[in-house]
Amino acid sequence: MKTQIGASRRDFLKIAGTTAGGLVIGFNWFSCDSPKMEVLSIEQVLAQAKSFNSFLSISPAGDVVIYSPNPELGQNIKTSFPMVVAEELEADWEKVRVVQANLDPEKYERQLTGGSGAMPHSWERLRKAGATAKFLLVAAAAQTWKVPATEITVSKGMISHEGSGKKGHFGEFVAVATTLTAPEEVTLKDKKDFTIIGTPVKNVDAKDIYTGKPMYGLDFQREGMQYAMIQRAPFGMKLGSVDDSAARAVAGVTNVVTFGSSVAVVGISTWPLLKAKKLLKINYEADGIVESTTDHDRIFTELLASGKAEEKRKDGNVAAAFKSAAKIVSAEYQCPFLAHSPMEPENFFAHVQGDKVELVGPTQTPDRARQETAALLGIPPENVSVAITRLGGGFGRRLRADYVVEAVEVSRAINAPVKVTWSREDELTGGAYRPAVRYRFEAALDATGTLVGYKLRGVGMNAGNTTREANFPSGAVDNLLIETIEHASSITTNAWRAPITNFLAYAEQSFLDEVALAAGKDPVDFRLELLNRAKTNPVGKLGYDVDRMIGVVKMAKEKSNWGKNPSVKQGFSVYFSHKSYVAQVADIEVAGGVPTLKKITAVTDCGLVVNPTGANHQVRGGIVDGMGHAMYTNLTFEAGVPKQRNFDSYRLIRLKEVPEIDTHFVDSGFDPTGLGEPALPPTGGAIANAIFAATGRRLRSQPFIEQKEFSDIQLQIKRG
Amino acid sequence: MAKFTLKINGTSQSVDVEDDTPLLWVLRDNLNLVGTKFSCGIAQCGACTVHINGTATFSCVTPISSVGNAEVTTIEGLSKEGDHPVQKAWEEVDVAQCGYCQSGQIMTAAAFLEQNPTPTLEEIDNAMNRNICRCGTYHKIREAVAVAAKSK
Repeated sequence: MKTQIGASRRDFLKIAGTTAGGLVIGFNWFSCDSPKMEVLSIEQVLAQAKSFNSFLSISPAGDVVIYSPNPELGQNIKTSFPMVVAEELEADWEKVRVVQANLDPEKYERQLTGGSGAMPHSWERLRKAGATAKFLLVAAAAQTWKVPATEITVSKGMISHEGSGKKGHFGEFVAVATTLTAPEEVTLKDKKDFTIIGTPVKNVDAKDIYTGKPMYGLDFQREGMQYAMIQRAPFGMKLGSVDDSAARAVAGVTNVVTFGSSVAVVGISTWPLLKAKKLLKINYEADGIVESTTDHDRIFTELLASGKAEEKRKDGNVAAAFKSAAKIVSAEYQCPFLAHSPMEPENFFAHVQGDKVELVGPTQTPDRARQETAALLGIPPENVSVAITRLGGGFGRRLRADYVVEAVEVSRAINAPVKVTWSREDELTGGAYRPAVRYRFEAALDATGTLVGYKLRGVGMNAGNTTREANFPSGAVDNLLIETIEHASSITTNAWRAPITNFLAYAEQSFLDEVALAAGKDPVDFRLELLNRAKTNPVGKLGYDVDRMIGVVKMAKEKSNWGKNPSVKQGFSVYFSHKSYVAQVADIEVAGGVPTLKKITAVTDCGLVVNPTGANHQVRGGIVDGMGHAMYTNLTFEAGVPKQRNFDSYRLIRLKEVPEIDTHFVDSGFDPTGLGEPALPPTGGAIANAIFAATGRRLRSQPFIEQKEFSDIQLQIKRG
Repeated sequence: MAKFTLKINGTSQSVDVEDDTPLLWVLRDNLNLVGTKFSCGIAQCGACTVHINGTATFSCVTPISSVGNAEVTTIEGLSKEGDHPVQKAWEEVDVAQCGYCQSGQIMTAAAFLEQNPTPTLEEIDNAMNRNICRCGTYHKIREAVAVAAKSK
């Protein structure tokens, strides 16, 4: 396949150096319009990896260094991005080194981790970068050997010419390659010829992780660095008075500083701060509405009944459909707030020096950290440097820069480099949660059991649009109304892995099960009936590809042996998010009246699977995440303060609580789409529907273990 | 402040800290052994797991004053070349997602397999249930412990 490089060709950066290390060729795919020449040796490139952001460099020794621009938080992008470049380059993967690039908005677009968007965004770009480098190296070899480039072959970092028997590694042609002009177009490999993409390549950081090397933000230390922890105000309150005398008396505490409604204790190490923070005597004053969970329940009820709804979609005549319906089904579903709780709590290093700031730490959005820092201090953004460490999880929490700006505040106040660390209690009480949401669904069936009317109304706490109005079943129902209502809460919220759909999918897929039952239809057949309607005669605009959704539904039905084993009670769920399609089936075996959750079968269409190991990780991880929070986790409030303050009461799923997960991928022929999120949304629905099939109990609120319908079920979880 | 001399990874190390300081923070802040991780601070998640005389221990709730002459082993000292059978199994199975909890998982697994070299799957489940992995790599953890047990 030939592909145009187009205007970006001018951005090609070639670097020629004659320093002791020899020559380096670098490619700068995402650069601005004015290429800059830099002269660097490979040693310098590696030594300055934190400031040198070229996309790919090849040393005279044939070593390939690929820079990974996107923050790595466990989604494995630091392994899968370079795989794509190396594939087109025909590099020897064993000789590829991967370096985390720092923030550089001039060189990289979309240098963030979120929305499962990195691979779909960069797939073509990465391939072109690798293919262009290969083109130049082949052209250099052709010129050197005086043979036609078309007769040259490349494999595992070696360039060969069969006719003359000549052979050499990449590094031998770097010098000549730097004198050539980048091509107007390059030929990309046929997917069937891939040798790296589609193979289970191991995590490039594995050795460092398993030997405890410093690599996370919390591991960062700097000579002269101070430590700080911060006490933040309850939601809806502001700082009144502070008595910090007892905190200051703790050995190792060097300072207490206040900014906004936050009080920071500063010291020589972390432990004194954990003690001192508890000794702060702070009076807070009301600053808005101080809410508790009981208030939220009341607000949900009031707003669902009489709130001002924003219409997101309206098809047909909903009122008429419900008026003439043979049967109406309605139900309400609710989810609580949730913290992100990455294993590595929030932290950041900041050093403010005059009008310049150095930042080091875990962030999903390095540019946002830079912009907000610049705005706080009134300095140009380019005065702020951001080094991206590995992230000990993120789940959306590190899309915000609040914890970065706090570190900047403290560094400015104490005029020293500082690392701000959050305790687990800080992380669970410090805000930016998955919003609490309640939905009301109503369905109208005609005499044949066909879904002729559908209504969804969602109320969210700072949730924005609680619906996904272009998603299934939109397009499959003649008369449909989707509305959302916002409550402005004092409790802060933020994107949380698979925003909105992490709960909406469960609610909707459970409700569709209720409707199928009312229609007297098999849950899978009912969904296929709706999907066939959306395919043959769609109503309005569809935000999903009906064929791809049908594909995962059918394959999940087959792989799970749907309905074939009478002793296995099954729950079905299917959802489209982040451009990928996932269907799941949960299996519950009932023996002697005891239900046991044994297996979840997952069928995913994320287009081409770049790294099967990483893909399996993301699907299983998403399912464990979706199951854990649906089953166990709750965050409730009393007077603006969360009641669950650590993992003893904020319950996360553990090893013994996960069933077997059987993963399958559809070979749909599409380019790769996102996978960090899409496997999570369907899980809660599959499990809830299986629980209903096994016990007759319908779970309409999360977490399941706190619902009275669940209290006497005694659900066991065991591997198959 | 008081002076403590500890035996860590086979060498003697002295620190001057308050006697209630948890071993976790001595390792991380004073000795720059940051492979031992902080996550909950209340012995719930296992990210801070080290070996004290071979026993898997939550270093976040182990005061320095209680360590005495005991042998402390951290992830940095589990093997010289990172080739302990558990570390090798973790690499072979490719366990990590974000990786933050994995040094604690490895330390728990290593101590467990010392005591029970031929565990059943159920025994593996019971042993590893004390460590939380927020990314949900539990299937891989189970698999890697079984691989390590076979390789020993």
